[in-house]
This record gives sequence, C-alpha cells and structure tokens, in this order.
Amino acid sequence: MLNKLKHGNKLILILTLMGGVLIIISLIASSFGAVTIPLPNIFKMVLNKISVFDFPNTWRAVDETIIFQVRLPRVIGGALIGAALATAGVLFQGLLRNPMADPYIIGTSSGAALGATIAMILPLNFTLLGFGLIPVAAFIGALVTVFLVYNLARVGGKTPIISMLLAGFVVSALLTAVMAFMMSMNERFGLDLHSIYSFLMGHISVTGWGQIMIIAPLVIGGIITARLFAIHLNAFSLGEEGAAYLGIEVEKDKILVLALGSLLTAAAVSISGLLGFVGLVVPHAMRLLLGSDHRILLPASALAGAVFLVIADLLARTLLAPVEIPVGIITAIVGAPFFIYLLRRTKKEYAF
Amino acid sequence: MIDLQVQQVYHSYFDGLVLNDINLSIKAGEMVGLLGPNGSGKTTLVKLIAGVLKPNKGKIMLNNTDLNRMNRMDIARNLAVVPQYFNSPFAFYSTDVVMLGRTPFINMFSGESAIDKQSVSEVIDMTGIKHLKNRRFDELSGGERQKVILAMALAQNPKMLLLDEPTVHLDINHQVEILELIKRLNLEQRLTIIATMHDFNLASLYFDRLILLKDGKVLVDGTPAQVLTKDRIQKTFSVTVKVEPHSVTGVPQIVIIPSGSNVKKQ
Repeated sequence: MLNKLKHGNKLILILTLMGGVLIIISLIASSFGAVTIPLPNIFKMVLNKISVFDFPNTWRAVDETIIFQVRLPRVIGGALIGAALATAGVLFQGLLRNPMADPYIIGTSSGAALGATIAMILPLNFTLLGFGLIPVAAFIGALVTVFLVYNLARVGGKTPIISMLLAGFVVSALLTAVMAFMMSMNERFGLDLHSIYSFLMGHISVTGWGQIMIIAPLVIGGIITARLFAIHLNAFSLGEEGAAYLGIEVEKDKILVLALGSLLTAAAVSISGLLGFVGLVVPHAMRLLLGSDHRILLPASALAGAVFLVIADLLARTLLAPVEIPVGIITAIVGAPFFIYLLRRTKKEYAF
Repeated sequence: MIDLQVQQVYHSYFDGLVLNDINLSIKAGEMVGLLGPNGSGKTTLVKLIAGVLKPNKGKIMLNNTDLNRMNRMDIARNLAVVPQYFNSPFAFYSTDVVMLGRTPFINMFSGESAIDKQSVSEVIDMTGIKHLKNRRFDELSGGERQKVILAMALAQNPKMLLLDEPTVHLDINHQVEILELIKRLNLEQRLTIIATMHDFNLASLYFDRLILLKDGKVLVDGTPAQVLTKDRIQKTFSVTVKVEPHSVTGVPQIVIIPSGSNVKKQ
C-alpha cells in the first residue's frame, strides 16, 4: 500500500505516525515508576508547562516534581540515545555496506569502555557541563579510538573499507585486553566491578536536564545532518566506485559520515554505556519494513530507535522494581524475538 | 558535445605496467569500441577516462580541461559510466535506482526537483523499462538490470557514455537491445559512446571505430574493416579465423576455424 504513495507523502505519513507513537509512548512511560501518576494528569501538567492550557492542579506538587525532574529527563534521554544509536547504525551500515556494522564497529565501544574504566580508577572528582568524569572519558575514548582506527587504515590518500574494519577489530581487541587486565587487577586498582559491568551492559544514567541540554542538540543536529547525506548514502549502495561515477567525492564523504556516526555514538555512550542491539537491529527492521532508501530509512530508524529504547527502559525500571535491570539486557530479550518475527514474515530473501 | 584527448598516458598497478604510452583523440559524437585480450588494459583505460584512476604519467583532457582539475561533480555532469560489475545487493525499486543518476544535480538541502523527476521518466521511456519501474532491482534478471543501470547513467544527462563490457553475460536478445539503444542515442543525440567489447562481430556491426589494445598499447585504431583483419586477429589472440563480409551489411565478421581433427562437416 505504502509503495503506491508518492515519495514525499510516504515520508510525511511515516514520520507523523512514528512521531505520534513516540510522544504517546513517552508519556505512558513517564506515568510508571515507584509511584504511578495517572496519564491524564501528565497530559495536563505538560500542557500547562508549555502554556497551551491552564488546567487546575488536581495532583500533588510532588507528582509534578517527579514528572519534570525525574521521569521526563529519563524518558527523553532514552529517546535521544535510541535515536542516536539507530541513526549511527544506518550511517555505518550504509557507508560500509556491511550488514553486521553497528555503531561500535570501528572501535567506539572499546575506546569508550577503556575511557570509562580509567575514569573509574582516577581519584578525581569533577563535573563538566553537568557530566561526571566517566561519561566525559567515555565520550573522548570513543572519538579518539575512531580517529586512530581511521588513520591506521589510511593508505595513499584512501581508506579502504576492509582495512578500516580490520583496524577497528584489532584496535578494539587491544583496548579490550587493557580493560580486561584492569578488571582482573580490580583490587589493586581500587576498581568497582559493579560499575564497570553496568557500563558494559548499558544503563541509562540521566540525572537531570543538564545532560539533556548538552546531548539533545548534539543528537538532533546529528540526525538532521545525517538526513542531508541520505542521497549520497543511496549512491554508496552502488559501491565506492559507483558512487564516484555519480559525482560523489568518496573519501570526503567517508570522513564526514564516519565523524557524524561516531559523534552520535559517543554522545549516546556517554549517558548509556555500551547499549548493544539497538544500532544493529533497528536499521535492519526498518529496512525490512520500508526498504533501503536512506531518505526514509534514516528518519524512520531514528524514531523507531527512540520508541524502542523508551519501551525497553520502561521495562528495565519497572519489571523487577525497585531493582533496575540493565536496559541492554531488555533490548536484546525484547528485540531479538521481534526481529526474528520480522525476518521470518518476509517471504522474499532479505536484500540488504 | 565533448571531445576527449588521451595524451601519453601510462598507468601501472603494484605489479606492473598496464597502460604504456596511450594516445587517443575521440571527437564528440563518435562511437568507439575498445577491443583486446584479457589484461590488455581496456578496463583500466575506461577507469582513467572516468577519472576514478589517475594516470601515473600523461594527461587526459575533457574538452581541453585536464580531468585532474575537475571535481567529481563536474565529471559526473559530463560523463556517465556503466561499469561491468556493480557492488550492489540492494533493496531499491528500479525507479529509485534510475533516480540515483540524478545525484550530481540534486541539492543536498532541497532534494529532487521537478526537473529530476522529468529526466527520470524520460529515460525510463527511452530505455523501455516502464514495466520494471516498480519492481525491486535485486529481483531483476541480468539483462533487465543492465537496462536499469543504463537508464541510471542516461539520467545523468551525459555528453559521453562509457560502458565496460555492456553485453557480457547477457542473452543474445538483451545484447542486441542494449547495442541498438546506444547506437540510436549515438545517432539521434550525438552522444559520444566508448565501450569495451569482447564480441568482435557485435562490435563490428554497431561501432564506427574500433581500437585494439594489446599489452597496454594501442595496436591499431580504425574502422572495423581496418582493424579486424585475419592476420591481426590470429596473431593477437592465437586462434585460427577467417574474416568474411556480413551477408547483409558487409561489415567484417570473424568466423572461427576449429583445429584440423575437430572440424565437423555437415
């Protein structure tokens, strides 16, 4: 049915639907937690806040504090992480033409993990723009690693994709070994293993609006910029040589898209740790449903990633409350069966 | 209209010289076939003319501008390529593949314009692939894919079209359709065509000028009658042949003679 629609209309329809779903899911997610706050009240609070209406306060003042100071930042943080990782996944899969590519494929994960581990053993206590040392170190670790991998893979003015994948793999192995060494010597380093595990399994740690104010422009700006590259990514699906024949400056685009994807990943990692699965599987699910055209695939994946992570985080914090399950475990347990269902439902062979 | 000059071009890969002092002048509106044994440098020459490889020595001039000084966008607005092999397992509809040909004209910020859509629908009509429009590219046959890729290249509105083995691996009906189509474009729109070919008889039927390469050098450059002589084919390819005029058009056609004991008489 969708294929009969004109491209522009199809895009608008999909984005409106998914945007609506995201808003509703976010409000529902805000309603659950240690205390349940009724959905209509949340609607009214939000509408009052943005001065659309002026409903009488029929709720406790503390409810309003919970919604605005705790739940909404957390839900919005989750949505931003999901959108950033799914967008980065589309960028890396499209650029590298590798269905196994995820946001961490060229070393962001190991760089971020090592950065975070080092931060944990440093006897420093500092905050930068509302961020503690660990997220800042993870962010820097991720970007430095990508820069290193890119330059290691560079030969004679070109960066062949195979070299980049291999360099990424080897650098990751090295950094992971260093981190594993520190973990095995945890007593000597005074390292809290629990915090490392929580970082490695993905754990959304949003403490207030401060972090959102930094991450949101980075993620939203990143997604909008990524969308500008949609036509070029479509051309890349013909291979690098094919893209060059269509007027693309291949090496320049490669740097820009890699930088963009890495920035989005690093932004997500800084507040969620290594959250797997979202960036790999959401883009594939969207490809199965909507096709490979990046003009639709990019914004649709961003919204789907956001919805998926808001739901996963809701389950993570409510299923065994007051204990919180690492959200990375939920994304895999909920996401894997859903993805298998999509894959089996498609009668044709899946063309990446 | 576009003229091409290849001046004293050398090119080598890591393992040796592939093109050795190539000099060619191709005028706007010509239809030129590049022939030669495997490894003679045909594909390398196509990639050099397309600007995705740089010559180690020498110059390639497109309308008196050094190709090295043009950016990819400028090149893509003048010259389109139909490569031998596309690295592309993709889930695109054919019409979206053809739209990719508009990439050099599409503004990143504003997206495709009415002109882009117009061009796409024109080349879809011109190449006779209307029935393939809403089919997925990865589900098409080899011949159908080749036509969609050709339509994509034509959507670039090129002045020169480079094709690398456009008929290889295709059924005979698709081979003829593709060649008829590019011949028509050459005659009606004075589109300059340069194609590598491995089938001498088809090349002789459709091309006005043939260039035979061997070991990275131009062995001979001329009309099919000048290039396709018995001695030259026998020496270049080490096969026994006879050259006969085509019974309808009179252009030379190569007839292969099997060696003594294998001759089957009917």
